[in-house]
Amino acid sequence: MSTLTEAPPPLAPAAPEKKPPRKRGRFTPYWLLLPGILWLVVFFALPMIYQASTSVQTGSLEEGYKVTWHFATYWDALSEYWPQFLRSVAYAASATVLCLLLGYPLAYLIAFRAGRWRNLIMILVIAPFFTSFLIRTLAWKTILADGGPVVGALNTLHVLDVTSWLGWTAGDRVLATPLAVVCGLTYNFLPFMILPLYTSLERIDGRLHEAAGDLYAKPVTTFRKVTFPLSMPGVVSGTLLTFIPATGDYVNASLLGSADTGMIGNVIQSQFLRVLDYPTAAALSFILMAAILAMVTVYIRKSGTEDLV
Amino acid sequence: MTFVNWLKRNLVVIAGLLTLAYLLLPNVIVTVFSFNKPNGRFNYEWQQFSTDAWKDPCGVADMCGSLALSLQIAFWATLGATALGTAIAFALVRYRFRARGAVNSLIFLPMAMPEVVMAASLLTLFLNMGAQLGFWTILIAHIMFCLSFVVTAVKARVMSMDPRLEQAAQDLYAGPFQTFVRVTLPIAAPGIAAGALLAFALSFDDFIITNFNAGSTVTFPMFVWGSAQRGTPVQINVIGTAMFVVAVLFVLASMVIGNRRNRRKA
Amino acid sequence: MKTTDATDRGGDVRLSGISKTYGSFTAVHPLDLTVPQGSFFALLGASGCGKTTTLRMIAGLEEPSTGTVHLGEQDVTALPPYKRPVNTVFQSYALFPHLDIFENVAFGLRRRGIKSVKKQVEEMLDLVQLGEQARKKPHQLSGGQQQRVAVARALINHPKVLLLDEPLGALDLKLRRQMQLELKRIQTEVGITFVHVTHDQEEAMTMADTVAVMNGGRVEQLGAPADLYENPQTTFVANFLGTSNLIEAEVDARSGDDIVVKAAGDKLILPGGRSSAPATTGGKVLVGVRPEKIGLAHADEAGSIPEGRNRIAGKIVNTSFIGVSTQYVVDCAACPEFEVYVQNIDRDPRLVPGADVVLHWNPAHTFGLDAAQDIDAGVAEEEAA
Repeated sequence: MSTLTEAPPPLAPAAPEKKPPRKRGRFTPYWLLLPGILWLVVFFALPMIYQASTSVQTGSLEEGYKVTWHFATYWDALSEYWPQFLRSVAYAASATVLCLLLGYPLAYLIAFRAGRWRNLIMILVIAPFFTSFLIRTLAWKTILADGGPVVGALNTLHVLDVTSWLGWTAGDRVLATPLAVVCGLTYNFLPFMILPLYTSLERIDGRLHEAAGDLYAKPVTTFRKVTFPLSMPGVVSGTLLTFIPATGDYVNASLLGSADTGMIGNVIQSQFLRVLDYPTAAALSFILMAAILAMVTVYIRKSGTEDLV
Repeated sequence: MTFVNWLKRNLVVIAGLLTLAYLLLPNVIVTVFSFNKPNGRFNYEWQQFSTDAWKDPCGVADMCGSLALSLQIAFWATLGATALGTAIAFALVRYRFRARGAVNSLIFLPMAMPEVVMAASLLTLFLNMGAQLGFWTILIAHIMFCLSFVVTAVKARVMSMDPRLEQAAQDLYAGPFQTFVRVTLPIAAPGIAAGALLAFALSFDDFIITNFNAGSTVTFPMFVWGSAQRGTPVQINVIGTAMFVVAVLFVLASMVIGNRRNRRKA
Repeated sequence: MKTTDATDRGGDVRLSGISKTYGSFTAVHPLDLTVPQGSFFALLGASGCGKTTTLRMIAGLEEPSTGTVHLGEQDVTALPPYKRPVNTVFQSYALFPHLDIFENVAFGLRRRGIKSVKKQVEEMLDLVQLGEQARKKPHQLSGGQQQRVAVARALINHPKVLLLDEPLGALDLKLRRQMQLELKRIQTEVGITFVHVTHDQEEAMTMADTVAVMNGGRVEQLGAPADLYENPQTTFVANFLGTSNLIEAEVDARSGDDIVVKAAGDKLILPGGRSSAPATTGGKVLVGVRPEKIGLAHADEAGSIPEGRNRIAGKIVNTSFIGVSTQYVVDCAACPEFEVYVQNIDRDPRLVPGADVVLHWNPAHTFGLDAAQDIDAGVAEEEAA
């Protein structure tokens, strides 16, 4: 025990003169924030302003553009491309609903029923990410190929008759139809629905199910009154993570769709990269951004989960 | 009757497994078709079994070059986004400062913005500045959109960290720098690693933003996109399959090692 | 083993006028306090009373708004925590989860550039009986073991003062008792000044030489545990430390050193030396007595109570049997819920709810408090804690 009673090793000597009350690290947070925030300001916020300014410019590629406050660009863009806008919202909304319907059982399975398989299933949900999504999307061309087994089965079951009547497919084709695009969107964004759903389901105490059962709730009632309401944060962030990128996507519409299934992303992309009509492209992009921000705000308000973000 | 009951009880399991099948089906197709020997330029229809593509994965002009470029960009973007994002996450969790709300919005907005909007506006900036599109503009764009995801991942970890651990380090003669290196960083490491992994995956797989800001530079996703118009070489499937297998093996190996280490300790 | 002697006062903790305010909220009012070298000092109070803030100001984890902290002759007010010869056992321990037990304990030594730590760490782990667990991670240990690691990690640095922030709060009752004795043993063995923050009055009284009872950012009373218990100066201390029966009374007369008071018709005697209230005739005073000092006699036996004892008549409203004693609640004219603890030696079967009884006690066990205070101060706090 002798070591314990020896004199303590010398420490830094105390400052003899009285120092003013120290303010430790008052500027530290600003130094930590500066580089990252600067990056976002210059390469995210500033471009938005440039884009806003571009959208009210007129001119041509050869003569250069000038800000002329030409708001008519917005009107022209909307009146010409409103079908693509509507299509984007419709496809993205359909894909989001499908993702929720498909993703919820899987998230529930992982959270409550998977037992020792939980980690394996989790890996299988995430692993596809490691194959480029473009390669995986191209695989749908094979799966939905004309005369392939999937289309054949749907044909035999007369499902395609129904979907054709609804305008989702055309004749005995699935590829190059709205159904194929929605199918691709659903596939691509499904993990973004499953992961937040799983996170919020996993937090639910399993004893709540027992308590609900103990209080005379049937399994369905337990789900409706206990599990689902408690998973709302996951539902909200899952739908946002699915809907927002799906609206702006043009990959699925390009690879799996046709000229008739073009979404707003396709228009923006071709205006920017092929037609080189920058004001129109900027205006479209700005409208898309505004529309999504508006929809998201309303949705978050309605679902009462503002603390989500 | 018992079958109906069994079905009722396991309905959610069956539905979940069907969804899992839906998620994995394209990967199966990609793998199977990496052994195809297509007739024309496109690899969409099964013809006959062949291992040609596996024997010569770089046999397609420019593909492996684009792959190397993508890996390079993903590496630097991960490094940049992780460094900047970790710093922001620490500032947000550990300090009170003005403009906190504005900073939070600036972090959140890139995640709530369709990629095509960010891509288009960033291109507008580059065009206005007269920047040369290529490696650097791609890297700048990737760091920008990965940043928010890193912040979110690191923030979650740092928030769940007991501030008393750092106080204990200070109490035990560790100065601010020592405290950070010896205590804060090791404990936050899983969050930082998760953020970095996410950034790498996002950067490596990004197409839309890259497509706008790459100029004539071709990354791997852009190569795949181009080949979807011109003709899809089987080697694309080889790369896709190999990456999937490597990733799964990597995760399984780390899980087995982790399990064994835990068992040995217990 | 103690290093305490007249020349070594390096372990004195001297707080001069320190206070802490957060915006408009004052957590600690200007406070002067001296903790002598080698003593076991407890800061006792309900949550939010400022005791932890005071401790953290000594540790350097909190900057005082005013005042200074001295360790011995050294002014450490401006020193950051890592330059103070003071170590802390944190609430819920704050063991580093990524380091094993050995490295946790070695942490402070290594930070001060000491290379050969093995011998010291092993000796320290032996002191807290954890020599076998050196290579485990904190989460593999039980709560009591983690607690001992936290103590070892702090003590190995030979701090001048060891600060303990609710060190036993996370343990169950039985383990807590055991660790109380253990900590007391370690303190006696190493002779370092311990400053201990707790909300558990029994814990404070068991372990500490001196207890400071804090309330609302102020020290209400400071003293040895027995002294605090027997001579509370405020209603808060009287109620927070154990239980007190407080009776509102009026000063009737003085006879020698004693004060005669009247409470609802009964005359009670209060030793003048035990009253902290002004005793002007006709003035109000609160008369207190602890429940275990009281004898309980059935009304039929009133005649057999010796002369010279304070006595009050009442009716039993409730009894609870708790093994070593029986607790009675008696309704008296002067005090509607008079508590009486009677040891279970010979139990009188007539003492059931509804029975008329006479309470009696030695006047020397009576204390007086200023009547201008809240009579229930400290009652609710103890329950909340």
